[in-house]
Amino acid sequence: MATIFVDGERYEAKAGQNVLEAVLSQHLDLPYFCWHPAMGSVGACRQCAIVEYADENDDRGRLAMACITSVRDGMRISIEAPYAAEFRTSVIEWLMENHPHDCPVCEEGGECHLQDMTVMTGHSQRRYRGTKRTWRNQDLGPFIGHEMNRCITCYRCVRFYRDYAGGTDLDAMGSRGRMYFGRVGDGKLENEFSGNLVEVCPTGVFTDRPFSSQYTRKWDLQSAPSVCPGCAVGCNIFPSERYGDLKRVHNRYHGEINGYFLCDRGRFGSHFVNDPARIRNAGARAGDDVFEARGVDAAVDALGKMLRDRKVIGIGSPRASVESNFALRSLVGRDSFCNGLADAEADLITLALDIHGRGGARIPTLSDVETADAVLVLGEDVLNTAPRVALSMRQAARGRALEMGSEAAIPGWQDAGIRGHAQGRLSPVFLATTLPTRIDDIATATFHATPADIARTGYAVAHRLDGDFAESDAADEFVERVAAALGEAKRPLVVSGTGSAEPGVIEAAANIAWALRARGADPALLIAPHEANSFGAAMLDAGLSLDGALEAVRSGEADTLVVMENDLYRRAESARVDAALAAGAEVVVMDSMENATGQTANLVLPAAAYAECNGTFVNYEGRAQRFYAVFEPGGEIAPSWVWIQRAAQAAGRSDCAWSGIDDLVRACADGVPALAAMTDAAPAADYRAEADTRIPRQPHRYSGRTAMRADVNVHEPKPTVDDETPFSYSMEGQNTGRQPGSTVPYVWSPGWNSNQSVFKFQQEINGSLSGGDPGARLIGPDGPNGADSACFRNPPAAFAGGDGIRLFPVHAIFGSDELSARSWPVASCSPPPYVVLHPEDARELGVEAGDGVKCDALSASAAVRIDAAVTRGAAACVVGLPGLPEPLPSEPVALSRDPDFPREAEIIAKG
Amino acid sequence: MDKPLTERIGQNGGQVVDIDAYEAGGGYAGARKALTTMTPEEVIELVKDANLRGRGGAGFPTGVKWGFVPQGDAAGTGPKYLVCNADEMEPGTFKDRYLMTFDPHLLIDGVVIAAYAIGAERAYIFLRGEYFEPFRALERAIAEAAGRKYLGDGIFGGEFNLDLRLHRSAGRYICGEETALLNALEGKRAQPRLKPPFPPASGAWGRPTVVNNVETLCCVPAILRNGADWFRALGLTDDAGTKIYGVSGRVNNPGLWELPMGTTIREIIETHAGGMRNGHKLRGLLPGGASTDFLVPEEHLDLPMDYGSIAAAGSRMGTGTMILMDDSICPVDMSRNLQHFFAQESCGFCTPCREGLPWLEELLTDIEEGRGTLEDIDILEKNGAFIGAPGNTFCLHAAGAIEPLQSALKYFRDDFEAHVREGRCPYRERKGDG
Amino acid sequence: MTTAGANEAVSGADLIETLSESEVAKIEAECAHLPDRQSAAIDALMIVQEHRGWVSDASLFAIARLLGMSAEALDAVATFYNRIYRQPVGRHVVMLCDSVSCYVMGADRLAEQVKAHFGIDFGETTPDGRFTLLPIVCLGACDHAPTMLVGEELVTDVEADRLDDIFARFE
Repeated sequence: MATIFVDGERYEAKAGQNVLEAVLSQHLDLPYFCWHPAMGSVGACRQCAIVEYADENDDRGRLAMACITSVRDGMRISIEAPYAAEFRTSVIEWLMENHPHDCPVCEEGGECHLQDMTVMTGHSQRRYRGTKRTWRNQDLGPFIGHEMNRCITCYRCVRFYRDYAGGTDLDAMGSRGRMYFGRVGDGKLENEFSGNLVEVCPTGVFTDRPFSSQYTRKWDLQSAPSVCPGCAVGCNIFPSERYGDLKRVHNRYHGEINGYFLCDRGRFGSHFVNDPARIRNAGARAGDDVFEARGVDAAVDALGKMLRDRKVIGIGSPRASVESNFALRSLVGRDSFCNGLADAEADLITLALDIHGRGGARIPTLSDVETADAVLVLGEDVLNTAPRVALSMRQAARGRALEMGSEAAIPGWQDAGIRGHAQGRLSPVFLATTLPTRIDDIATATFHATPADIARTGYAVAHRLDGDFAESDAADEFVERVAAALGEAKRPLVVSGTGSAEPGVIEAAANIAWALRARGADPALLIAPHEANSFGAAMLDAGLSLDGALEAVRSGEADTLVVMENDLYRRAESARVDAALAAGAEVVVMDSMENATGQTANLVLPAAAYAECNGTFVNYEGRAQRFYAVFEPGGEIAPSWVWIQRAAQAAGRSDCAWSGIDDLVRACADGVPALAAMTDAAPAADYRAEADTRIPRQPHRYSGRTAMRADVNVHEPKPTVDDETPFSYSMEGQNTGRQPGSTVPYVWSPGWNSNQSVFKFQQEINGSLSGGDPGARLIGPDGPNGADSACFRNPPAAFAGGDGIRLFPVHAIFGSDELSARSWPVASCSPPPYVVLHPEDARELGVEAGDGVKCDALSASAAVRIDAAVTRGAAACVVGLPGLPEPLPSEPVALSRDPDFPREAEIIAKG
Repeated sequence: MDKPLTERIGQNGGQVVDIDAYEAGGGYAGARKALTTMTPEEVIELVKDANLRGRGGAGFPTGVKWGFVPQGDAAGTGPKYLVCNADEMEPGTFKDRYLMTFDPHLLIDGVVIAAYAIGAERAYIFLRGEYFEPFRALERAIAEAAGRKYLGDGIFGGEFNLDLRLHRSAGRYICGEETALLNALEGKRAQPRLKPPFPPASGAWGRPTVVNNVETLCCVPAILRNGADWFRALGLTDDAGTKIYGVSGRVNNPGLWELPMGTTIREIIETHAGGMRNGHKLRGLLPGGASTDFLVPEEHLDLPMDYGSIAAAGSRMGTGTMILMDDSICPVDMSRNLQHFFAQESCGFCTPCREGLPWLEELLTDIEEGRGTLEDIDILEKNGAFIGAPGNTFCLHAAGAIEPLQSALKYFRDDFEAHVREGRCPYRERKGDG
Repeated sequence: MTTAGANEAVSGADLIETLSESEVAKIEAECAHLPDRQSAAIDALMIVQEHRGWVSDASLFAIARLLGMSAEALDAVATFYNRIYRQPVGRHVVMLCDSVSCYVMGADRLAEQVKAHFGIDFGETTPDGRFTLLPIVCLGACDHAPTMLVGEELVTDVEADRLDDIFARFE
């Protein structure tokens, strides 16, 4: 630690930090642009000028840029010194020479860091008489709008996009006063994290295009703390609403998980909430494909009657909250409850939870991932299954550069200096995947094989690290290199997941992590499931498998099936689902969106989407995280657990009578040992912020509460009193940031209207939220059994081609996730179903890239792609896409050319 | 008088000095002596003793710079680099072109010595792209030197190897800034780098690197041959050696002269440049290129041209090539021309330079064209002070831009005010007067 | 790569043109002595420009592919430097020094005379495609100001009445 004096006041700072970080960590105001807490300093904007004094006798000092000045013990600086303040005003005046006066029509207005800094420095009179420079904008695709005239040339966009996220198709062009940030020409930004440009840009150059298409002023948005439903990472988000529509999703800082950045699936994947295909009313089947609205009471009575009279099975869902799943389990009983995971996936998740439960390797947070000094990915294309992990792995790869910088006495925040010094050298990152991935550019070496062969390679690595672990005959140079790199690492990381549908890769990943532990390292093991609540659903200890549930319905053993937030056609072969649903049972579907399962229902109940209800997801870390209703849903929409509670009441049951979400959370914690700690995820509804106030969902500038529904009634209704949470549906209350981190509904601080205000909510720059980072870890850091070489001793057999082609799953960031795929911006980027073949197999099948292939086991034809990285006799098939949602067959299939398949070029030609 | 930099050119009748002529005049004896009889440390000590200071403008002691380069194991693995900054682009500066065109081996001789001193096995001459004649001369000279094993592997039969290459710049003034130059050498945008790390610790491709100006390196062979004492004694003042001084503007005999360091401005202008042409009066001069403060004849003609004396007068010796402003030139318009140059050549990285300099240019244009106000002059002064203070901007480009402006405002303020008062440029009708 | 899915870049694909053997050989020769291929970016741009007069989008994509970098990263470099032309230029580029020594010696008036001579402004090319006129910073021949560069030839002590003779030599 160091002591520094800022305008005569004494503060503690970290030695080695830069002065900007030090003063912001003290929540002092000092304007800046180019510095970013996650990206360090480059000294471009010159906005954070301070006066630095040589010693206590120096009363003149010299101007210094805080972001590139290291903290020294005893240093004296001034923010308020007139010379520094005037210089900062001048910087704004220079930036404002060319910045358009379009704030009233700018998407960034009201949430603009440039506006804030302009006000903060006091620049208000225009003296520059010249003509403002203008630019042509580019069409950057469906996610990002581009308005270059507003650019203040802070270089943050390229530093994020290129340096931090590894994007290659955005750069700084030109020079002098003619700097342009864009692509060579129009085209969708290729990087999967492009949406962060919206938040990284300090003004309105890069904007959220879907948001702009249904724009609302930032201060008129109502928000709540939420958790992304797009995958199992559990990034924290701020979804925002106006007029009953979910307008946009912004990053919600979490010090251990997503930090400042989201993936594009998460940011642009929530528009399904507003989709016309939302189910808004309870209805009953009145004929083929015809549903009639019945009203809430009649629907609840109908379900209540079924519960009384019939044998009911409930199928929950890994995309529904823990609470709703638990409610369903409570309603039908554990033995009649299925967690809704596909059987193969359920086995993999059970395996993962079992491994984590044993202990022996840390489950890494994403900040742990970023500090890993060697990484092995086994079988998982994380960029497409758990995208935010890939961004963190990219930072881990930079570890070597930071180390080199440290050896050369270059501070870690001196971003350009470290990059220049390290010349692109990276920490060891090894990727063993079925296909090349879009993070191969950070790989020390890649290995492409079938999942079984990847598993065998993983087993061999573990054995090479520690002979006690089971052997496989896959040893080769890749194994040697991986074992050597991981073996030398202090904080090695093994990443795997359920994406390859091969238990062997997860077993092998565990063996490697445990072998590293046995050698004295501190390994981390990340096993990524695919859905927001895969782990939470699996922890409910369901009595029925999905096959078991379907069989019970098909055989008539059960005569009523309640399906909650789950499209069964994504979980099991359609023939099996068809057989079960056609067996004559009553089918009740609770869901937010129309889907194939819903089409078969006799009774449909409109379920709340994540942004319309409170609940808990358990992420890949086993962290229970609470998400809160952002707004009250319209129509008859209610959370699934509320429908269950109502139905139980209608059935005359005395259980399932939870008084609210807190009561239900307690019931979960009491009823399921694995969930015991989930009550710690967030404070109870009676938590009150300072002065005994609620926490407002609306910022204090929220406007038009009367006008916005004047077409209905000019009398403004009293805001709903939210009994379930500490929040209000109004602007009254306190959001100081001192409350628990899980209950921060938006960030704002006086003078800081943009997302940059997040530092006022942090304990220190890049630290935890002031009230603690959200969530409760349900899986302890040290399991009872620890590393054990006896657990997994049977590597799978090597892949051997035979008759037909064996299909292995690959995933698409845009398309493979059920709900985000129905968000229009994401849908517009989703690929058509495709199969990747080895060139020889393609030749034998008589197909070329762009042709279509089909087989009996798949519901649709898929476009052919060709890649020599695929093993002969195997093919990679994208899964989960709307056009091809079902699980892949586990046996080899007979692929054949589909002569009727429209080639992509033809589709484009037809428009 | 000794003229170690230019004597061979003179002896050669102003023709290009080829390798035979160069060796006949004692060429490569310096490099030979260094490589065959001295340790690198001894070479560095000698150059330190000689008090050779960088001739590119900043005047940093050359031997000290070389001494910063880690030697042996401390240097880590990989090559070290010596880079010759031959990107002569400072307006009004034309000395390096002359040296490279007419005596290219002198530079190569210096490069070999410097590379040996710092242990660099790779060297680049970063040459201005528009310098076609120097390019051809250097290309030929490098081939000649390689043919005699003065470059390449096993130089002078010893163990020292040097791969010397010519890099032709794609053109930007900012490449003269040593870290921007390194980025350009690496094929990148020539934006300056934040320091530390300094190039001797981490330069080209992240490796220890020294960047020296052409004239600096050209001084080195004679130091090796004749010793530090001899070199120090060449200077008339505290600064050592000879210096190539130049004069451009309305003088009778514009040109370049190698003179003892510390020759007075008066002697350079009146004796060597032949005094003002056609009865023009000298009103001011930029002593060492466009990025140096104006000096004025009333106060400064008898100053010795060396680092310390010119700095004490509030300017810099810079490159030592003076630009003379005579009485036909409007100081406001000349300032506009200078600011136009600096605004154009800003790399665009930091705000004050990128946005501040074009504004100054526009204000000067407005004043020159009769649209200016007294407040504009205040803005020039205040913004100039903000932009020009070293450390306020990312590199020294903008500081260099402000030097001639702030001194023009100081010495020629009446002219600025007259433009505002009269709503026109008082020099307009006289413009173009030869 | 077939795994890029929806993110596959389409912008450059149609624009790739083949570099000549001689261009590739020269670029490869530069790469051979550099620590990485991207370091040859400026050299490669200049080599292609030497052959083709300027760097078209198609050339840009081709060079980028040869060097294993994105077209954006290469264009960031190309657009930084004064002497890399991203637009077609005439057979001879006339660069007129506008820096201070030449200014003192009447470069502004000369510029007007040259513009009038060609009937074009700075940044333009004569209709016959013979000359492109550009300003340039100090050419380092200040003792013979005003100066200009025509192609690779430095012309010093330029006076208006010599313009016909000077330019006549460049076809």
